[in-house]
Amino acid sequence: MVRCFLIHTVCPLAALGPGDSRILYCRVFGPDEAERHRQLSPEEARALQKEKTAVVARQVRCSVSLSREASGRLLVEAVPGEEALALQEADSGVVRLRAGDPFTEETSALWLGVQSLGFTLVCEPHENLLLAEGTLRNLTRHCLEHLHMLGQGSEVLLRSNRIDALLSRLLPHGQLLFLNHRFAQSLEKEVAAYMAK
Amino acid sequence: MFSHGSESLIKQAREIQESELQKFYSRLVKLLQAKEHSHETVDSLQRLHLILSATKYARTLPPELHKRVLSLLSSPSEQLQVLGSAVLRETLPLSGQELNYNQENVSQLNSHAAALLLSQARSTADLSSLCAQLLRGLESRQSDGSAHPLTHTLPVLNTVLTHRPECLTEDHVTLLSKKLVDWLRYASITQGGCASSGGFFTGPRSRQPVPTAELDGTVSGDFFTVLCVGQSFTDDQWMNVYSFSMLRHWLLTYHSVSNGNATADTANRLQLSLSLSHSHSFSNDDRSEVDGSVVSMVSATSSSSRLLPPKERLREKAFQYCQRLIEQSDRKAHKKADADLQKACLVEAVCILDCVCVEDASLVFRTFPCIKALFGEMAAVDCECVWRLVFARFPSELFNDQFLAHELLRFLQLNLESLQLRVPQYIRSFPNLLKLLAWDSPALMDDFVDLLPSLVTAGTAVELLHTLLDLPCLSATLVLQHRSASLPIAESSARGLLSLDAFRSPSFRGLFLFLLRGEAGSGDTIDRLNTLHELLAEAADWPRVVQCSQSVPVLLHIFFNTVITIADEKLFAHLILVMLERSSLLLNIPKYITETHRVFSCHLLKFCKLHPSLVVDQSHELLEFAGATANVYSKEEIYTHVVWVLGEYLSVSCDSRCSVKLITSCFEALEAVLFEITSSAPPPGAVCPAPRVVTTLMSALAKLASRSHDLIPRVSLFLSKLRTVTRGGSVAWCSDEDDLVAIVTRGEELWSLLKSPGVAQSVLTPPQHVMTPRWHRDTNVATPLQLRALTNLTQSQ
Repeated sequence: MVRCFLIHTVCPLAALGPGDSRILYCRVFGPDEAERHRQLSPEEARALQKEKTAVVARQVRCSVSLSREASGRLLVEAVPGEEALALQEADSGVVRLRAGDPFTEETSALWLGVQSLGFTLVCEPHENLLLAEGTLRNLTRHCLEHLHMLGQGSEVLLRSNRIDALLSRLLPHGQLLFLNHRFAQSLEKEVAAYMAK
Repeated sequence: MFSHGSESLIKQAREIQESELQKFYSRLVKLLQAKEHSHETVDSLQRLHLILSATKYARTLPPELHKRVLSLLSSPSEQLQVLGSAVLRETLPLSGQELNYNQENVSQLNSHAAALLLSQARSTADLSSLCAQLLRGLESRQSDGSAHPLTHTLPVLNTVLTHRPECLTEDHVTLLSKKLVDWLRYASITQGGCASSGGFFTGPRSRQPVPTAELDGTVSGDFFTVLCVGQSFTDDQWMNVYSFSMLRHWLLTYHSVSNGNATADTANRLQLSLSLSHSHSFSNDDRSEVDGSVVSMVSATSSSSRLLPPKERLREKAFQYCQRLIEQSDRKAHKKADADLQKACLVEAVCILDCVCVEDASLVFRTFPCIKALFGEMAAVDCECVWRLVFARFPSELFNDQFLAHELLRFLQLNLESLQLRVPQYIRSFPNLLKLLAWDSPALMDDFVDLLPSLVTAGTAVELLHTLLDLPCLSATLVLQHRSASLPIAESSARGLLSLDAFRSPSFRGLFLFLLRGEAGSGDTIDRLNTLHELLAEAADWPRVVQCSQSVPVLLHIFFNTVITIADEKLFAHLILVMLERSSLLLNIPKYITETHRVFSCHLLKFCKLHPSLVVDQSHELLEFAGATANVYSKEEIYTHVVWVLGEYLSVSCDSRCSVKLITSCFEALEAVLFEITSSAPPPGAVCPAPRVVTTLMSALAKLASRSHDLIPRVSLFLSKLRTVTRGGSVAWCSDEDDLVAIVTRGEELWSLLKSPGVAQSVLTPPQHVMTPRWHRDTNVATPLQLRALTNLTQSQ
């Protein structure tokens, strides 16, 4: 089960502090677990959830920059049309999020760093990481292509419904799917039809 | 990618004025009232979503707008469903609003409406009713033209399972178990109704059912699985995919695991295969080539299971499904995406087999052929070679695969107790395991913080300490190994990478091989550490090495805190020697050396406090260290602490072997150093010693003198001379006036103390009972008691 999918910045931003990350897209799956343990009002529950995802984004941002520093690779700016290249050059990794920090149970955050943005999938501990990694790459590829993310645009913010639709096919309610290429093609056709509207 | 434009959009969304927002709401209501929904509606809804999600403070929509957006959930346009769901998920539900509109028409509960229900479900009751509705929908199985009407049902149920498994009643579980069996095992084996319309000659004759195919193109010979392909798929084939995707979770949730040692072994064994199948480089090469014409034997060999109750039947079918997947994973897929899926399926299949075997040990015997086929005979029978793979090959060859490292370390943590009890290779393999950390410290630091205590044993402690201290060197070596593989030999010398040359040179091979060893036990460390450090000098600013060096002090703390609980005096003594020796034998990374010295000092103190007789025991080495003036300048922190422990614990009350001769020789050594550092400027390149060093030396001398009174005149003489010299103003060995004053003041205190030797003795060498006050244990003077009394007195007023 995937807890959430995030798209956030992994580069330094003038408006934020050095380790901070701006979340551009966030989708949390399933009912909020915090409510079970505490009697929170809906507003408090929502604020808490936002804060939790902010924590995840920050942790991943930190991991991405340390990983890039260690590998010493130079970031090459890819231009629109070079989505496949950008994906190939992307850094990837996994961060262990301890129980309580920020989710009640331990989780693993898989991330893909494509230039200045990070794509993160937070999974439960017993999740099939191979499948999760493949799904993340696939989602990222679609996002890059359908939202023209290599350009200067702000489409992520203004077309978040496309990402919602994408997730509803490839990661319905946070469920990772074992899709061979034919099943995937079928779903991707639906996605493409949606994007064309 | 992320532009200034995006940043300002977010800012605008956050700072929108209330009046503007209200106007926007009314405009949107008007748009939604229209019969046709235009691009403008979609854009406005999207903007609304942005405004709502940009801040963590929740907003409530005006009731009219809320109602309109809610009705979008049943709109024929999917875009509007998506936007409606997204907007409502970001806002608070209207009080008293029950999302029971869908109770009338279950088939209208589309995926996006379900998402909203899930995110706003407050109680178990809410979720239970949702589940009940979904299951009713499954039972009635209406297909009303849309491509996959019910495929989101299983993911929704799976989400509910994750958070509130109790939402499904026993009946629901039984019903779903039966359905899962049907979809997993009895899905159609022919391709779906062909989407491509035939030509002129399409007729019932030409629409013959075409069987599904395997990933390598051959025709499927057995039941349908996720690794089967076709031009298009039937509904139940889709459900097959969704069912398998949630199968493991379902089994883990509803099939309780029985406790038993016999099954634990199997579980461990099978969990290992998780890491085996995870490794990318091992998957294709080691497996045997399978001829495409192999007929699947799974269904042919399974026994009839019609008579089993639903849960057990599901288990049996899950077992068969996994066996089939393992067979199918051997086929050579035409597409890379499918090859990747095969690996993922293999892992999943083995994990599910693990689950079912834990539940029913009799199935273990039947997994034997698969495991044998996957990993060879030995692995199926005997753990040894599997452990060898896990502890020897993986870390040494695949240290840079972060997913493998992540999984391996989690596996170790989950099974730590069993490993410590039954797998001796675990502890011996710490040199290999530490390679994972040396490569990627930031990502794996947390894991090692948890695992390190289990690797500390009396037998390996010294070697482990040396290994931890040389982690940055190991990190550099791994980088060199990595580069060596990719750079041609000629190029490296041209670029002046001295360390790479050294790595490849036969005369230094031994040094690097020692660092890269896989097992402990072949020696604590090497003689030529100095040489190694010189060779790796240029690595001191490589990012990976620097990151690694930052993790070492923390690990050292953990190491020492653990070792203190298991060490005997002999080991303590040995460790102190290692600390003294290694304090000058560290890779020259500036902060690294300082931090390591700090850790050493802290724990040296702890050791000596615990076993004061250590000081007398190791007095020779400690004196040698303390008598070298150079140490004052290069290892100030440790030096200070060594002097302190000498002063504090070199006495008869700590160890009866402490002779006057010993005290005198210690005194003389320290005196000489003190003379030297207070009579001349520091050597070129060094800074003035901190006042603490000087005062510690003075105090130590005073303490020693208080134990052997004929030394007192010598100390007093020195202290009075010091006072005279410093009256003249500044001195070459102390740059700060305040510091000098502090030093002199301490000197005067000691001088006056030493004027009455008896008093000096009881102050500077107090008997034990004074040093271990029992204030909190003595009920007459216990602080809590006093506080309670005071509180009662003040509160009664």
